[in-house]
Amino acid sequence: MNVLRFTTAGSVDDGKSTLIGRLLYDSKSVFIDQLDAVAASSKRRGTELDLSLLTDGLKDEREQGITIDVAYRYFATPKRNFILADTPGHVQYTRNMVTGASTADAALILIDARHGVVEQTRRHSFIAGLLGLKAVIVCVNKMDLVDFAEAAFTKVCADYEPVRQAAGLPEVHFVPLSALVGDNVVDPSAHMPWYSGPTLLALLETLEPAVPEALSDFRFPVQTVIRPRTTEHHDFRGYAGRVAGGCVTVGDRVTVWPEELEATVDGIFLGDQALQEAHYGQSVVLTLDRDVNVARGSVLTAGSTPQREALLKAKLCWLDAKGHTPGLRYEFRAHGGQGQAMIAEVERVLNLETLAYEPGTGQLETNQIAEVSVRCAQAPTTETYANQRMMGGFILVDPVRGTTVAAGMIQ
Amino acid sequence: MQQPSFLDELEAEAIFVIREAYAQFERPTILFSGGKDSIVVSHLAQKAFAPAGIPFALVHVDTGHNFPETLEFRDRYAKQIGAELIVGSVQDSIDRGTAQEEQGPLGNRNRIQSVTLLETIDRERIDCLMGGGRRDEEKARAKERFFSHRDAFGQWDPKNQRPELWNLFNGAKQPGEHFRVFPISNWTEMNVWHYIRREGIELPSLYFAAPRQVIWRSGSWLPVSDFITLRPTEVPSEKMIRFRTLGDITITGGIESDAVTLDQIIAEVETLRQTERGNREDDKRSESSMEERKKQGYF
Repeated sequence: MNVLRFTTAGSVDDGKSTLIGRLLYDSKSVFIDQLDAVAASSKRRGTELDLSLLTDGLKDEREQGITIDVAYRYFATPKRNFILADTPGHVQYTRNMVTGASTADAALILIDARHGVVEQTRRHSFIAGLLGLKAVIVCVNKMDLVDFAEAAFTKVCADYEPVRQAAGLPEVHFVPLSALVGDNVVDPSAHMPWYSGPTLLALLETLEPAVPEALSDFRFPVQTVIRPRTTEHHDFRGYAGRVAGGCVTVGDRVTVWPEELEATVDGIFLGDQALQEAHYGQSVVLTLDRDVNVARGSVLTAGSTPQREALLKAKLCWLDAKGHTPGLRYEFRAHGGQGQAMIAEVERVLNLETLAYEPGTGQLETNQIAEVSVRCAQAPTTETYANQRMMGGFILVDPVRGTTVAAGMIQ
Repeated sequence: MQQPSFLDELEAEAIFVIREAYAQFERPTILFSGGKDSIVVSHLAQKAFAPAGIPFALVHVDTGHNFPETLEFRDRYAKQIGAELIVGSVQDSIDRGTAQEEQGPLGNRNRIQSVTLLETIDRERIDCLMGGGRRDEEKARAKERFFSHRDAFGQWDPKNQRPELWNLFNGAKQPGEHFRVFPISNWTEMNVWHYIRREGIELPSLYFAAPRQVIWRSGSWLPVSDFITLRPTEVPSEKMIRFRTLGDITITGGIESDAVTLDQIIAEVETLRQTERGNREDDKRSESSMEERKKQGYF
């Protein structure tokens, strides 16, 4: 992986902004004028150089001293590029955490060494598992406040094991650190000789979370049809999209959904360059050997048959400030189809404190996560989210206001 | 070397976003400043639709205070890629009385560009403007979406942004509203430069160091032009100067540099410890200045 996309969740008290500020500062990703602004701002507030000010973007947040949205940060080391989705951690920002995790390969979970595994730890881990993140790094922070004691660290590691299992996280790493003084963030700690593992940055540089989509059967949702209508390319008809799973080679037989027609790929293009093959993640144009009905929402596949169901079982996170109106028809949007849909049933709703699903009442409020069934007017072409994130995720859009009200993961 | 394949991934993402804008809007356009970021977006748009032509018009907001090179480049570039060019003139807005010139020695036309932009959107029935905004440029931009919803007044509501999950972009809107779309959101300044070099993209000469007449004002070298009034203490001098961003000539400060090739620029950017907007007068007014302008419809 040349780039690691990761997410963090945390609240004011656990030192998340300080940790990110420290990562940026110690990896020399902060520019002089940014640092000057932070220094001036810290001075006005009468504090020492406050690295958390590097990441708290919006005016209201600065005034309230909290992070209320998802903010994206970029830094690079000679080994790797990083894209960080930085999200708030309180329960009322669950939807922001879900949003941040949706594009991430890995998550950083912060634990205050003094308090150990708490409710918030479980919630963040659960969301990481729900969104299909393959790796988690548990940062046991504020080790300076527990005299850098190994016992405090090992207790957290042991206490986290049931959380890991419940959240279904395949790969977990632990790092004892102090964001405030910088121990084990970028530079190894002189205070914790008992820890011989990598620093946080070293771990971020070497982490290789599994990418099941790279090895799965070929999936290619079509975004738009390209018809130049010029003399030179008079009969050219290409299908533009991004490979959502597997790979394709010129000469491969593919099936076009929803019509279920067979064709052979006879060209793959990126700009004016002809390619022999295209892999997961690439944006290309494909041409087929015969005229078939392909439009936006069509999906080209090879190998296994995709899911074609009008009634979808899904885990749903309610994002909108306004709750769900039972019976309302939403617009369903996924890469494999778009159209009207309704929530047929709210089966169970997650209790965000106990992390157990409880019987649903039909209602859904902001930040709630539920198991639902969604009935679509036309069956979209999908996969389970666990197999392919791009083909298994969908959103529901309010038909009048146009807002994104919910995000779903097909089971 | 890792940079190339990371660029491939950024390119694939940007092309995907541009195609989504094309598919979801009726009159999608590219906001073209003549700066490197909007040139990169235009290049990506060409690549996204090849072998068909670029299906977007270029929209330029002309403050009337331009570097001459910018206008020359704009006209030539639009012709070269075969794109329609739509120009919104700030001077016209001032003449109509819909925009008012800022007064005082530091007055500039940066803020009132928003008025002209919204008038142009209205006149041309534009429902989507793609721009070269990047999240690494400034703190307020770090929270910007790929598809950013604007109300009928062109306003951005940072506290009420639509959540954006995976790469499912929601361009649904009410009549009169529009979207700003940022295909290179996830690129850094460094990525942009590496991509320009890799793709052999042509840039306005202002990005390369040359002897230029400048004055020292508010911590950077401001080009001498007909549009700025020299204060008694300000004496123009000739320096080797290049510009890291291109905007209104009255507020775009340059840096002293010997970089006359792309390789030299990349080497210089790698060692520069100032963010590129650091030389823009408009951002220095207050800690929240970018956010304030974005709320009012600034790009």
